[in-house]
Amino acid sequence: MKPLVSQPDPLDLALIRSTQGGLPLEPHPYAAVAERIGTTEADVIARLERMMESGVVRRIGLVPNHYRLGLTANGMTVWDVEDSEAERLGSWVGALDFVSHCYLRPRSLPEWPYNLFAMAHGASREEVQLKAQRIGDLLGSACRGSDILFSTRILKKTGLRLGE
Amino acid sequence: MLDEIDRAIINQFQGGFPLSHSPFAEVGAKFGLDEAQVIERIKAMRDEASITRFGPLFNADAMGGAFCLCAMAVPSERFDETVALVNAHREVAHNYQRAHALNMWFVLATEKPERIAELCAEIEAQTGLRVFAFPKTREFFVEFRVRA
Repeated sequence: MKPLVSQPDPLDLALIRSTQGGLPLEPHPYAAVAERIGTTEADVIARLERMMESGVVRRIGLVPNHYRLGLTANGMTVWDVEDSEAERLGSWVGALDFVSHCYLRPRSLPEWPYNLFAMAHGASREEVQLKAQRIGDLLGSACRGSDILFSTRILKKTGLRLGE
Repeated sequence: MLDEIDRAIINQFQGGFPLSHSPFAEVGAKFGLDEAQVIERIKAMRDEASITRFGPLFNADAMGGAFCLCAMAVPSERFDETVALVNAHREVAHNYQRAHALNMWFVLATEKPERIAELCAEIEAQTGLRVFAFPKTREFFVEFRVRA
């Protein structure tokens, strides 16, 4: 993937560092951040807007904890899809409501023949398997093989963080 | 437990939290809640770990950094020691054990793109095991929604 933008300036970096752990839960969160990094609320808002436009910030939002929402099974479904069809089919799979992440990645033959990855969530493995079947139906004859990799243990989970 | 309003708030925020002077009030207006009630609900969801993050979601590649999904086939008798070696790297953001011959899947998040290949080589040298790198070539980005 090509880089989307220019490098953030020092104040952008300060803004990233002060919000990467989350926005303050107060009535005027951007004003609170502005005070911390020594600028104005309007500047914080403008910088975040710019970062959203350039893709540095995907969005400002909530990340739900799938486990706590009862979606305790997650399966990384992987598919060997004809390259000429991969772009079109990937966008369909990515639009399914139970798919949280969908990517094309290079194969690593002979050990790894799959190029389309879709993370599917469900209340049980059976539910994830049924959802994988729906993906398989969508892919049809363009799909030459597939697998589901269930996670058995979380070994580490931290977000991306800039060094402090 | 989450009620219907909590779920609606989660979905609403995934579409984008307002960039404004009083964003909580703005969101609350959509649900007939006042500002303090929205803040209370988000605090409660955070405290009970129903949400793992609230705020700007940064994209490492756009900051000049990079993410790369990697996998290894780790013999079971060496699994724990290998987890320790891999996780010791600050750039390992997530690591999951998965039921497959490639049984360890982790994400490298680095500030400099060239660091990905260096790290893979370091991990291979430390563990004596091959690191399969699966950098994304295309992302189909969608919001994850909970049933309202």
